[in-house]
Amino acid sequence: MIKWLIQKSRIKSPWLLHYDCSSCNGCDIEILACLNPVYDIERFGIINVGNPMHADILLVTGAVNHRNKKVLLNLFEQMPDPKVVVAIGSCALSGGIFREAYNLLGGVDKVIPVDVYVPGCPAKPEAIIDGVVLGLQKFRQKRVEEKSYAGRGDLRQF
Amino acid sequence: MIDTAIFIGIGLVVGPLLGGLVSGLDRILTARLQSRIGPPLWQPFYDVLKLWNKEKTVVNVWQAFCAYCYVAAASIALVLFFLRSDLLLILFIQAVGAVFLVVGALSSTSPFSQVGAHRELLQILSYEPLLILVTIGVFLETGSFKIERIYSWNEPLLMKLPFLFVVLGYALIIKLRKSPFDLSTSHHAHQELVKGLLTDYSGPILALTEIGHWYEVVLFLGFCSLFWATNWIGMIAIVVITYFLEVLIDNVSARLNWRWMLGYAWTMGLTLSMVNLVWLYAS
Repeated sequence: MIKWLIQKSRIKSPWLLHYDCSSCNGCDIEILACLNPVYDIERFGIINVGNPMHADILLVTGAVNHRNKKVLLNLFEQMPDPKVVVAIGSCALSGGIFREAYNLLGGVDKVIPVDVYVPGCPAKPEAIIDGVVLGLQKFRQKRVEEKSYAGRGDLRQF
Repeated sequence: MIDTAIFIGIGLVVGPLLGGLVSGLDRILTARLQSRIGPPLWQPFYDVLKLWNKEKTVVNVWQAFCAYCYVAAASIALVLFFLRSDLLLILFIQAVGAVFLVVGALSSTSPFSQVGAHRELLQILSYEPLLILVTIGVFLETGSFKIERIYSWNEPLLMKLPFLFVVLGYALIIKLRKSPFDLSTSHHAHQELVKGLLTDYSGPILALTEIGHWYEVVLFLGFCSLFWATNWIGMIAIVVITYFLEVLIDNVSARLNWRWMLGYAWTMGLTLSMVNLVWLYAS
């Protein structure tokens, strides 16, 4: 009963945090198109927060470079468990057309563990919504004890 | 004795339930005023339950301590209200809780948390004198600070204290952090100052501050009900109308800075209170 309540409350109240690694803004515009009042996502309890310490779901767009890898890892580690990472767009998945560039590490999963990959250049709003819904299923199932460390060692490595 | 126990139970359990429902209603009403549908009525409970089951991360021990003290103070204030105790005592306990929330935010080094805490201090500075003046007005009329006596007064206080009721509504906007005075942290602007006062409260600790806020909402709506305590219908009507006006003002106004808040609250609040107090003294 209590487990059911907790799972229900998680499904009903996912708070999103949106971070743009080095995206061209295409995916970000599509994300914000999903979040605007026209679709009224507050119906589903979704709130676009600006504070990683309050967030449950991290939406990341763009490929990771040497400048922002620390920022991304920092944001991820500030989010309390359980948490879900959704990588959105080709660049966030693998580096996209920029993957050979000398200043890039590659996709988001080079730095933090990713739960859901949403492909597309830019990803369509429908695909983003699908991805977040899939992320919600994972968020519901996660246990609090289940720690998702990116590994403190990684930070030293950077 | 049994009565006391029942009232304590009501205060502790029914208080936050009512507060959560009121804030759910607030969110629906806000959404409707912005021609959206809005979340379900139970949304605040889902939020708190989810936060309660997240990992407990605290910046330092003092922050957690302060959050617990805030909830304790807010719940004690509400229980005392249900026990029909001393109004002045209730307000002081509530003020202690409010200050603990600020101290908790100040105990972290995050600049957003610090700025939010300083703004909250200014908000406390703005509304506390007004609340005390309203209480003094109630005392001058009924001759007692005891809520028991005020509830048994045979004439609605609103008739004698109309300006003081306006002042109370004004203090309520600041206290409940409604626009135009949601400087320290805002329920609707989710990215203002990151989250201002609540930036470094997270997970279960954030849930605690939310529950504390529910206690305070019910306490202050109870305070409003004192102004028409002769019958149940009047009591409910005055609470509903006041809260509706608060939500309406919240939605039609933009945020002001602290100079405007302090200036408006003190000039308008003190003037209206003085006029009402002099009138009361003269009549």
